[in-house]
Amino acid sequence: MTLPLRPRSEALAAPLPPLLAEASQLARGVVLGEHGRRRPGMGDTFWQYRTAQPGDPARTIDWRRSARSDTHFVAEKEWQAAQSVVFWVDRGQSMQFSSDRNIVTKADRAALLSLAAAILLVQAGERVGLTDMGIRPMRGEVQLGRIAERLMDASVQDYGVPDLSILPRHSRAVFVSDFLGDPAPVEEALGTAADRGVQGVLLQVLDPSEEAFPFDGRTVFHSVGNTLEFETRKAGDLRERYLARLMERKERLAAMADLTGWRFHTHHTGDSPSSALLWLYQALEGRG
Amino acid sequence: MFTLGPIGFVTPWLLAALVALPVLWLILRAIPPAPIRRAFPGVALLLGLEDEDSEADRTPWWLLLLRMLAVGAMILGFAGPVLNPDPVQSGSGPLVVLVDDSYAAAPDWAARLDAAEQRLEAAAASGRRVAVVALNDLPPEGGLPLRAASDAQARLEGLLPKAWPVDHAPALEWLDTVEGGFETLWISDGLAGSDRAALARELQARGGLTVMEPPSPRIGLQPARIADGMVRLSATRSRAEAPQEIEVTGQGPDPAGIERELARATLTFEQGATEAVAEISLPPELRNRIDRFEVEGVRSAGTVSLTDDTLRRRKVALIGGASEEGLELLSPLHYLREALEPTADVLEGTLSDLIAASPDVFILADVAALAPGDKDALEEWVAEGGLLLRFAGPRLAAADTGRGEVDPLLPVRLRVGGRDVGGAMSWGEPRGLAPFPEDSPFYGLEIPDDVQVTSQVLAEPGPQLAERTIAALADGTPLVTRKTLADGQVVLVHVSANAEWSTLPLSGLFVQMLERLAVSTRTGAPEAGELEGTTWVPETLLDGFGSLDDAGERPGVAGERLTGTVGPDLPPGLYADEDRRVAVNVIGEDDVLRPASWPAAVTPEWAGEREETDLSGLLLLLALAALAVDVIASLYLSGRLTRGGDGGKAAATAALFGIALMIAPEARAQEAATPTESPEAAPIAAASEVTLAFVRTGDPELDRVSEAGLLGLSQQLFQRTSVEPNPPVGVDIESDELAVYPILYWPVSAEQPAPSAEAYAKLNAYLRGGGMIVFDTRDGDVAGFGSSATPEGSRLRTLARPLDIPPLEPVPEDHVLTRTFYLLSDFPGRYFGQAVWVEASPPDAERAEGMPFRNLNDGVTPVIIGGNDWASAWAVNENGTPMLPVGRGFAGERQREIAYRFGVNLVMHVLTGNYKSDQVHVPALLERLGQ
Repeated sequence: MTLPLRPRSEALAAPLPPLLAEASQLARGVVLGEHGRRRPGMGDTFWQYRTAQPGDPARTIDWRRSARSDTHFVAEKEWQAAQSVVFWVDRGQSMQFSSDRNIVTKADRAALLSLAAAILLVQAGERVGLTDMGIRPMRGEVQLGRIAERLMDASVQDYGVPDLSILPRHSRAVFVSDFLGDPAPVEEALGTAADRGVQGVLLQVLDPSEEAFPFDGRTVFHSVGNTLEFETRKAGDLRERYLARLMERKERLAAMADLTGWRFHTHHTGDSPSSALLWLYQALEGRG
Repeated sequence: MFTLGPIGFVTPWLLAALVALPVLWLILRAIPPAPIRRAFPGVALLLGLEDEDSEADRTPWWLLLLRMLAVGAMILGFAGPVLNPDPVQSGSGPLVVLVDDSYAAAPDWAARLDAAEQRLEAAAASGRRVAVVALNDLPPEGGLPLRAASDAQARLEGLLPKAWPVDHAPALEWLDTVEGGFETLWISDGLAGSDRAALARELQARGGLTVMEPPSPRIGLQPARIADGMVRLSATRSRAEAPQEIEVTGQGPDPAGIERELARATLTFEQGATEAVAEISLPPELRNRIDRFEVEGVRSAGTVSLTDDTLRRRKVALIGGASEEGLELLSPLHYLREALEPTADVLEGTLSDLIAASPDVFILADVAALAPGDKDALEEWVAEGGLLLRFAGPRLAAADTGRGEVDPLLPVRLRVGGRDVGGAMSWGEPRGLAPFPEDSPFYGLEIPDDVQVTSQVLAEPGPQLAERTIAALADGTPLVTRKTLADGQVVLVHVSANAEWSTLPLSGLFVQMLERLAVSTRTGAPEAGELEGTTWVPETLLDGFGSLDDAGERPGVAGERLTGTVGPDLPPGLYADEDRRVAVNVIGEDDVLRPASWPAAVTPEWAGEREETDLSGLLLLLALAALAVDVIASLYLSGRLTRGGDGGKAAATAALFGIALMIAPEARAQEAATPTESPEAAPIAAASEVTLAFVRTGDPELDRVSEAGLLGLSQQLFQRTSVEPNPPVGVDIESDELAVYPILYWPVSAEQPAPSAEAYAKLNAYLRGGGMIVFDTRDGDVAGFGSSATPEGSRLRTLARPLDIPPLEPVPEDHVLTRTFYLLSDFPGRYFGQAVWVEASPPDAERAEGMPFRNLNDGVTPVIIGGNDWASAWAVNENGTPMLPVGRGFAGERQREIAYRFGVNLVMHVLTGNYKSDQVHVPALLERLGQ
């Protein structure tokens, strides 16, 4: 029996406001960067005073300036250039993994970081979007809502493959994934992006257990989607070799990023998301 | 049973399962531990890796060993291993189980039956037929009651020890009538018997005799005796090897009629001694209550000695007519005192005092007239079961008492004057006594020739005279008459209690007669001669285990028989004849217990000594422990223990489970040992904080209201004053310590039982110590104080009569109670307008100059009596809202407020005394300050 549409949509929409709220909360901790656009808008640097219009929030009024005359003035800041930033967030089954009840899934963390970065970017006047959203990057709250909604969808694939259907030329891109699957599609996507003059960031989100491999004894490992299975009699003996392979994978990703002028970072779900967000934002700003 | 050295197995075939152990080893070894399935995204990186060695595949040898140990222990445990199993001999032919079912076998009766039962099981296994013969209950002559062993078991279980010793002579006779040979198992009680050896020889001749006899000595408790005012307890035992201590307790009803331990003594058998003696000093009150002594921890009729009149001392109240000074030998009381003092507690004094002392017997020697009040009191006392013994004398002869109408305190009407026989002025010889008739309590007493009567008072002839006469002179003139008055009786001896009228008081018969009338008591065991002609009815009887049972309807026993040894026709117990009691005990005063002597060829054995120990529990526990270790080890091996949150938790749970299994019994012991709230807790709490208390009346509803009332008052005190009381406490005035409570609220209900004398003593001490009791008759709506119109009012009078209460007056308007905290003029509770009574102010109280009140008594009134049902007005429920309605509307709430104010004043009055009265000194103080 299928539930009527409305309860289903409501159930689906329920996590959105918290995700949005959490992402905004996270974004609030990051100061806006600077690259002037020579016009009033969101920014840090002063641009001009203008008389206050009805509808201006009271906190935008510059009281010091207003005190010198009879009218209220609003201090306008210089608008910082708008760019398109597209996100590819891996929503494969492997991202739904969490090794401990107290640690969020990688998908959650990836969604949170992406959305928070998107909020920051929107605040900075940039256009944001997802590569697999079907519409071009846009500004505004509505777009954020769309992104948030879209981030909730999980893919049935075990390991996600970058989707570059929306990747405007000379935009920026953020790829968030655990990059544990086959690296070839990622490499290919990076090549395509570089061809289009897109620069960006690779953010690898890993669970602490993926970094530590705290297993021992006879174990059958299987992927979250159950497509891969591997049995070992002594998991503890594999640790060194697994870690070596993981390191190798990271190095390969970093090398790819260097080659294409991207930046690479690994974030663990066991750590606080704010440092990763800061890094992400700065990485995006740095190339602005 | 299959035995292996000292260990036997109940179900040895289970041991065959041990063969399966190596197979299990192989199977377990072949099967590696089950893998854990884990979701792990990094699996993509693992693909293609190879395990370094394949050994971990196999279960490690030590884990295998552990599991083998567990399984092996389990198999052994279920096979029922027993350490020191009883060896069971088998034989053939009929088996006779002979049981000494005497009192001496009672302490270890169950062990005996067990021992016999084991033999029976063996016999059942080899298909032998068995006869169970109890020596006190021999089967009919002519044959063995042989049955199948299983039937015989049922018969064995039905056997109970008798309360008397076994006599083997009838068994010898019975054996003569039995033909054929048989094997015998004799479960002996271990006491010497005259025909035991003969019977043993006879049985041996019939085909083998095994005697089972517990080696522990048999203990017998001899009757307690009084020697030099001490109670002398003695015990005997059959064997004298090791020193031994036994605890003897004296049991009897307490004042409430509940059976409890009243005395205790430790008797010590020295090494090699068969006798142990202890003397204990007991107050007469306690001694009179004891109805039996018993050896603690031994259930046998031989370790119980019932007490009878021998141990009792009756309280005898003596009242004599005034005697001239100096004529001691002529005093009517002299001979009575002499006769009674060795055996009874003699009380003398005024009649009202003596009645208060509740004596067993009143003796009026030549007392003719009594004050009307005294007479009524005495009559009531007799009617409640007292014995009034009157002696005649010159005054009674001269008085009008019992002349015209029947005096209730005289058994017969008396004729004017008296009779002189054998004097100088009379016509006849002094008269001797006629033999006592059969229905007389004196029947059987020997009459000495020299008892002669010279004067007596004469009974008016009447229809009941013959029936009431229990002793007469040789010519038939009544000498002692008796009548019953309700539950009690009145006895008149028609001669004086001194030697003036007869020589009776000089003879030994006098003492015996007093004893027969249960005025005095014997000091030793009754002689056969004394008991001749009496018939004794058993009241309570002992069974073989020493428990007292009601005798029910049983025929009486002739007095002579009582001195004999106990037997089926004289079961031990308490026998009564009218008011006298004689205890028949299994062990007499001089009886000693001797161990049984057997013919040289017979050696008693007792397998029960070598205790069988069941090892299965131990082994199963070992298996369980091994399995618990295995759980943890398996977890460790499979990697669930070392890292990862869930694994750690699982391991912790397993470990906890194992530990809990190990310590469970101790945990229970701990629980049991956890002390419940000690009885001292309440007084200690009450002593550390002010605590209001109420008297528990036994009416749950009333007690609930009292508690809620005091709780409400406590809360008000907390809010309004610096008194911050503990929650109120209900006290039982019989058992609780009162001194720690400053105030006792006592609601009076009509059904309330009166406290005991001890409780009254405690209450009086409480009042003298500065306590205050608030009596609340709760009838303010219908009655004033002191009216007996309500049941509560009259009950209060009854309750408060024994209390030490000073004169009372209604609260004067300048009483300190009206201003200890609030200024009050009325003291309402749920009702109002009724006077409240407090201790009267001294007559010399004066109003100080310029003050509106007098300088009244310097203390707190010990009682406050009223009927305004204060507790109901104070009562709050658990929400803090009033529990019961007071009055109507706002006026009612005002009344409740005043009631609270009264309560506050009351507690303040109790706690601060006359502090507020000190204001009389204020003018003087001010004046002094002004200077």
